[in-house]
Amino acid sequence: MKKIKVLTLAETSDGEIVSESFELLAWARSLLETEESEGESSASSEKPQLEVISILPGKAHHPEELCYRGADRVIHLVQDEFQHFLPEVYRYALLEIIEREKPDVFLASATTTGRTIMPYLASKLRTGLTADCTKLRYDIETGKLLQTRPAVGGNVMATIKTVFGNVQMATVRPNSMRTPDSDSSRMVQIESLEFPPEKLRSKVRFLKREDFDKGESLHDARIIVSGGKGLKKAENFKLIEELAKHLGAGVGASREAVDRGWITYPHQVGLSGKTVTPEIYIAIGISGAIQHLAGMQSAESIISINIDPDAQIFSVSDFGIVGDLFEILPRLIEKLKERKKRAPEAER
Amino acid sequence: MKLAVLIKHVPETDNLKIDEKKGTVVRKGVESIINPLDLYAIEEALRIKEKHPPASITLVSMGPPDAEKSLREAIAMGCDSAILITGREFSGSDTYATSLVLSRVLKKTGNYDIILCGERATDGDTSQVGPAVASFLDLPVLTYVSRVELSDNEVEVDRIVEEGIETYSASLPVLLTISKAIGVPRLPTLKGKKRAKSASIKYVHFDKSLFSPGETGLEGSPTMVVKLFRPVVKRKSVILKPRNEKEIDESIERLIDFISERVEL
Ligand SMILES: Cc1cc2nc3c(=O)[nH]c(=O)nc-3n(C[C@H](O)[C@H](O)[C@H](O)COP(=O)(O)OP(=O)(O)OC[C@H]3O[C@@H](n4cnc5c(N)ncnc54)[C@H](O)[C@@H]3O)c2cc1C
Ligand SMILES: Nc1ncnc2c1ncn2[C@@H]1O[C@H](COP(=O)(O)O)[C@@H](O)[C@H]1O
Repeated sequence: MKKIKVLTLAETSDGEIVSESFELLAWARSLLETEESEGESSASSEKPQLEVISILPGKAHHPEELCYRGADRVIHLVQDEFQHFLPEVYRYALLEIIEREKPDVFLASATTTGRTIMPYLASKLRTGLTADCTKLRYDIETGKLLQTRPAVGGNVMATIKTVFGNVQMATVRPNSMRTPDSDSSRMVQIESLEFPPEKLRSKVRFLKREDFDKGESLHDARIIVSGGKGLKKAENFKLIEELAKHLGAGVGASREAVDRGWITYPHQVGLSGKTVTPEIYIAIGISGAIQHLAGMQSAESIISINIDPDAQIFSVSDFGIVGDLFEILPRLIEKLKERKKRAPEAER
Repeated sequence: MKLAVLIKHVPETDNLKIDEKKGTVVRKGVESIINPLDLYAIEEALRIKEKHPPASITLVSMGPPDAEKSLREAIAMGCDSAILITGREFSGSDTYATSLVLSRVLKKTGNYDIILCGERATDGDTSQVGPAVASFLDLPVLTYVSRVELSDNEVEVDRIVEEGIETYSASLPVLLTISKAIGVPRLPTLKGKKRAKSASIKYVHFDKSLFSPGETGLEGSPTMVVKLFRPVVKRKSVILKPRNEKEIDESIERLIDFISERVEL
């Protein structure tokens, strides 16, 4: 029976494997699902077998966790040179591994690292690469990976295939798939791979990293509360921050809010900011311009509060309140506080 | 110091049309502009030029003939010269073919110390061209750059990544993709506009000494669009319009319920 070999690129942060890398395993495992069987197990007998191999650059505390979450094998790159993201070093190692493993498919998350290394690698491999996919299917008959992504600011979906090149490569949108549960009964197979140090030279050097304050990073927030020009002035933006605090949410913003200096650029959501896919996105005083929608419309649920009943944001919302945010937010925050008081036990 | 900035002429995002058959963007009848995110790359190049004279900035773009408009606008901001790669052989290029073409022309036209790109184009929205061009040219690449410091033959840059800001250094030549966090791009000056009007733009057409047949355009593109469709919107759209205090309170309760049914509070 034919085996379909899928490589995934894992990433770490301070030695911990990031959740996107586990999600990638769910992506890999779902490649053979068909529309009918979607969500169910894909253990039908005619189906070819999938072999999923995670490449893990940098020392990780728990490389076996990748096997628990769905990888058949882990290739752990433990040399110091892999500790930080040096594109030339990563590219060299990945080329060597691809040469050896000859995968059919190679997937990475559309993170800053994934979006940099994948095109850097694809040019050398003379193959195609599709960015930021929201759906992937492997067509068994043709051996083609069908890569679907939003195009033209999310107004259209495009399905793309790789017509030449040996490896079919794609990056996938972070947080668009459930993280698979950890199953410690799965077999663990880890190979520590080393390369001759002279092959790992780079013209780029890592100097330092300064982490954002907690809450400043949007990429793994389950809820995001975003504020726009409707907040009217800088002081009022505190309402957004306070609401976010009570919901345990990340803080986002429209470009209008960022351009006015109410909050810094890393919080901007949209075409020229971040693309976010939280479980709940709450847009407050945001009109829903197409460039803003481009960054948040694939959130699982969207809530909006806007004084204008005709605001575009309502057309993409699951739940909306037409009203004055200055009346709604203080009460909402008050109610959330009361709720916490009522259930102090649940907090611990 | 020789700098190059890669800029893309893109349709304004408000009124994009697509050819559902070919899966390409219809450019006819749509106003096009400099990819807004490329303005930051231009701005950074201008800052480097000011701080490290003598320096020159060459703009390079692959696109339709009217991309000249965007190139002249960038010259009006203070860039020195421009190259436009144009011709039907290039149309339909995906990011691989685009990067191959850009890298060949960059290699032929000069030994650039720093090549700057935007973080991504608002039409293609891939962020792939910068790193791919660097790879074709065997240059180191630094992406999502929010600060550039140049000394001797080295750059030190900050990169905005998911959880923070990382600082790297690299020896020249290097390719950088510039983030919006770099600061506000300047406007064209009156003097710049005058110069831009008369500036001569160098055209590069398909040329057998630079490209092999089949290397560019749709033929040279490893990815192919097989289907375009409208996304299905599955939004429930419960929109409440409270008219008094009591109704406001009720809506707030329902909002909290909506959240707590989905995420544990
Ligand atoms: C190339 C390009 C890239 C762009 N990239 C981005 C991007 O990445 N992200 C982004 O967000 N934008 C982006 N924009 C800008 C975008 O077009 C809009 O201008 C912007 O999103 C509008 O922000 P806003 O919704 O906060 O402001 P507005 O459109 O002014 O909306 C404010 C809203 O607040 C509401 N409001 C006012 N008072 C109240 C009140 N008391 N209570 C409740 N509601 C109230 C109003 O009804 C209105 O709907 C981009 C534009 C371009 C051209
Ligand atoms: N046709 C092009 N001509 C010149 N530069 C381009 C072209 N396409 C992309 N670029 C550059 O590559 C960056 C990323 O584009 P993209 O990969 O399409 O998102 C842009 O911001 C430009 O700097």
